[in-house]
Amino acid sequence: MDFLADYLWLIIALPLAGAVALHFGGKFLPEPLPGLVAVGAIGTAFLIAAAAFVPLATGEAEAHILMLWDWMPGIGAAFEIRWDQLSALMTLIVTGVGTLIHIYSIGYMHGDPRFSRFFTYLNLFAASMLTLVLANNYAMMFVGWELVGLCSYLLISFWFTRPSAAAAGKKAFVVNRIGDFAFIVGLMLVFTQFGSLSMSETVLSHPGEVLSPGTATAIAILFLIGAAGKSAQIPLYVWLPDAMEGPTPVSALIHAATMVTAGVYLIARNAAIFELSPVALPIVATVGAATALVAALIAVGQNDIKKVLAYSTVSQLGYMFLAVGSAGYVAGVFHLMTHAFFKALLFLGAGSVIHGMHEEQDMRKMGGLRTAMPITHATMLVATLAIAGIFPFAGFFSKDEILASVFANGGYYLVLWGVGLFTAFLTAYYMTRQYIMVFWGKPRWVEGLKPHESSLWMTVPLMVLAVLSAGAGFLNTPQLLTLEHYLEPVFEALHPAHLESELPRILGMDGLAFGLAIVSLGVAVIGIATAGFVYARSSERFRQWFANATRRPMNASENAFWVDKFYGKTIVLPGKKLAQGLASFDSFFVDGAVNGVAGVVQRIGMSLKPLQSGFVRSYGATFVAGVIGLVIFFLTRGGL
Amino acid sequence: MTEIVLFGIFGTVAIAGALSVILARNPIYSALGLMSTMFSLAVFYIMHLGHFVAAIQIIVYTGAVMTLFLFVIMLIGVDRSEDTAEQLPNQRRIVVGLGLTIAITTVVLTVGQNFKWVTAPGSGPANWDANAEATNGTIQAIGRVLFGADGAERTAGWALPFEVVSLLLIVAAVGAIALAFFRPLRKVEINPTETD
Amino acid sequence: MAGPTPYMALAFILFVIGATGLLTRRNALIMFMSVELMLNSVNLTFVAAGRAIGNFTGQVSVFFVLVVAAAEVVIGLAIIVAVFQKRNSASVDELSEMKG
Repeated sequence: MDFLADYLWLIIALPLAGAVALHFGGKFLPEPLPGLVAVGAIGTAFLIAAAAFVPLATGEAEAHILMLWDWMPGIGAAFEIRWDQLSALMTLIVTGVGTLIHIYSIGYMHGDPRFSRFFTYLNLFAASMLTLVLANNYAMMFVGWELVGLCSYLLISFWFTRPSAAAAGKKAFVVNRIGDFAFIVGLMLVFTQFGSLSMSETVLSHPGEVLSPGTATAIAILFLIGAAGKSAQIPLYVWLPDAMEGPTPVSALIHAATMVTAGVYLIARNAAIFELSPVALPIVATVGAATALVAALIAVGQNDIKKVLAYSTVSQLGYMFLAVGSAGYVAGVFHLMTHAFFKALLFLGAGSVIHGMHEEQDMRKMGGLRTAMPITHATMLVATLAIAGIFPFAGFFSKDEILASVFANGGYYLVLWGVGLFTAFLTAYYMTRQYIMVFWGKPRWVEGLKPHESSLWMTVPLMVLAVLSAGAGFLNTPQLLTLEHYLEPVFEALHPAHLESELPRILGMDGLAFGLAIVSLGVAVIGIATAGFVYARSSERFRQWFANATRRPMNASENAFWVDKFYGKTIVLPGKKLAQGLASFDSFFVDGAVNGVAGVVQRIGMSLKPLQSGFVRSYGATFVAGVIGLVIFFLTRGGL
Repeated sequence: MTEIVLFGIFGTVAIAGALSVILARNPIYSALGLMSTMFSLAVFYIMHLGHFVAAIQIIVYTGAVMTLFLFVIMLIGVDRSEDTAEQLPNQRRIVVGLGLTIAITTVVLTVGQNFKWVTAPGSGPANWDANAEATNGTIQAIGRVLFGADGAERTAGWALPFEVVSLLLIVAAVGAIALAFFRPLRKVEINPTETD
Repeated sequence: MAGPTPYMALAFILFVIGATGLLTRRNALIMFMSVELMLNSVNLTFVAAGRAIGNFTGQVSVFFVLVVAAAEVVIGLAIIVAVFQKRNSASVDELSEMKG
């Protein structure tokens, strides 16, 4: 343990070294090798993390901090690794899921001309994300925070020759920037209040003695905006659906499993600050619930296989926000973990489908794939059941715990609980819809298409993730709170004064907990049944009638409630107008000033031009005049 | 007394020669005027007991340099007398203005400011005659100073500058040869009819 | 006749005459002669000052000025000849292509 503790930096350094090596040497390697290098780098990081995790999980070791480099002592910015239960769990998720997706990418990116560059970015992303989660210092966290944004940009626009991919990368970057701005302002506020950026000296050591509720609210809201940017919450969620332009493994790794959870992690990590504010947590919960609902409503109408999953991701992230906003931090982190498994699985499965369908993404042109792609079908079924929240798959437990912790808060939170429950119904509905549209029914393929099962590179990670999606829920059941106990040291100091959580008591009362579980399970079953009836079992006439009856809401949903258009009109267009105005100011006044100065200089030059007569004797006269002037100067100064 | 007389005579010659340099139409007269000025200066050098300097003044200037000038004058034509009409409109006025400035400055400094030489120890009018004996510039004495042979003058160390100017002379000679030998290439006019 | 002042005054007059010639004459040869005149006047100040101070530095300086002047004359005259061969004139006013 102690031996490993000093080498925790390797977890970040290995993927980083992989990225550097691949950047410079990757193009000299034949195809599978760059992928293997990248897998080796992140896989080794995973093994180290796992080895260091074991003593932490068994309770043999305490959380500790590894100081790497005192970056800017004046503002308390340093590179220090915090290895506690929460960051260890996040590290395991990032490296574990990351390794599987790296392996999958070897198959998925087969034949791409920039094969090695893709793995360079993937490794760089892993290193950045690990920097973010392992940071014990806001400055280091911010470095990771920005780097994951950069990697996200690079990977979304990986196929930058497509204009839509380039635009999506740009959009993600710009929208994230709004959140980053709020985040860094929050960091400044933290520094002015605490005089340090080290977490162990600020948020993790009695912040209540320093922060007034008002300041805590300000910091919390700024952090929330930052988290909303990274984790795609209302109103900054619009970049994530577009981010599906990137290669599918990227969507799985970054835009489902890891990076987008950074916001949830940020709030969980800074829960102490959020707890100090009377309003921050309800706001977080409200944002989460609203996002969950809206995204789920949009997902219902999507026809692109990846877009469904993208909105589903936004919706599930909203769930996590709802959880942490209800002081159910363990529930939030738990859902973060299970979601990482089943959403990565869903994306990879979708990637496998897209691969097998030769880059076809429209679900209306799929159908009947269960025989052509048996492994993909089986794993996707597991993932669908997991996300829908069917017992005993992982999603059931985590979602149930979230709803329970929301419910436990009572009062206003009961409304949010209702929203969450409805979202659970919608989730089950649209996931079943997708599953049926892709795998059942008659084939609606484009002429001459022959779908095929993907290679082992891709199917093995699918199977591993399927096992995890199915079984991970048992880490934290109401009867056996393993994860709860494990994370206890991180959140034990939090006793929300204004928000008396009755969760333990309620969870202890088997009757109510069981009842809530039955309710959420029932909602999920209803959702699946409804979708199954509408899309698979009903008669042709009913389907016609249903399509007619729901045309307008479905149309609104398919167009994502025109939010993009709305943003375009209200923000982008005025922004462009303003930019044009400023540009004309620039061209008129600034350029005018510059040109005016240049003109004046030119005119002076023109008027002085005759002095340059070309006659040596004129120059000589000038020279002599100068000499005389100098001599007179020195003589009158008495210097000669 | 002798010095005053000699100064009067040769000072006049020197100024007359100098004026003829800049006033004569014919370059030959200019050259001769310059020669007489240099000769007068050589006389002054001898009065200061600068024998060696006087000798090379005669040999190098009046001998070599002026001969060179005369060669060139002959080469480019004696009969080419210069057009005295000034082509630069303000040049004469500028020169007159500059000259006036110099004159006024001189008058102000010498008369108005009660001009005095800044003197070093051992200099000054009192030592004027004695110093002439001390600086008896025979070839031997100059040589000793130049190459630092004397203990007292060794620190002056003129040997390196001496070598450097010798190098300069060689470069000048090479440069002159280069200028004389390497003519700029003439543009070859291509006649289109010939090439066809 | 005690002191360097008369020699300095003479040198001054010669120098001004030389400068005037340099600025007013157009014939490159005359201009060169004017430069020589100015150099010579400076030589005279060196020698007179050397005597006033009482060491050989003045005379040694004259020696160096002389060498440099000789080198300058060699190159200058070579240039004049070259220019004359090209333009058939020794007037510096015709060499005014570099005007602004």
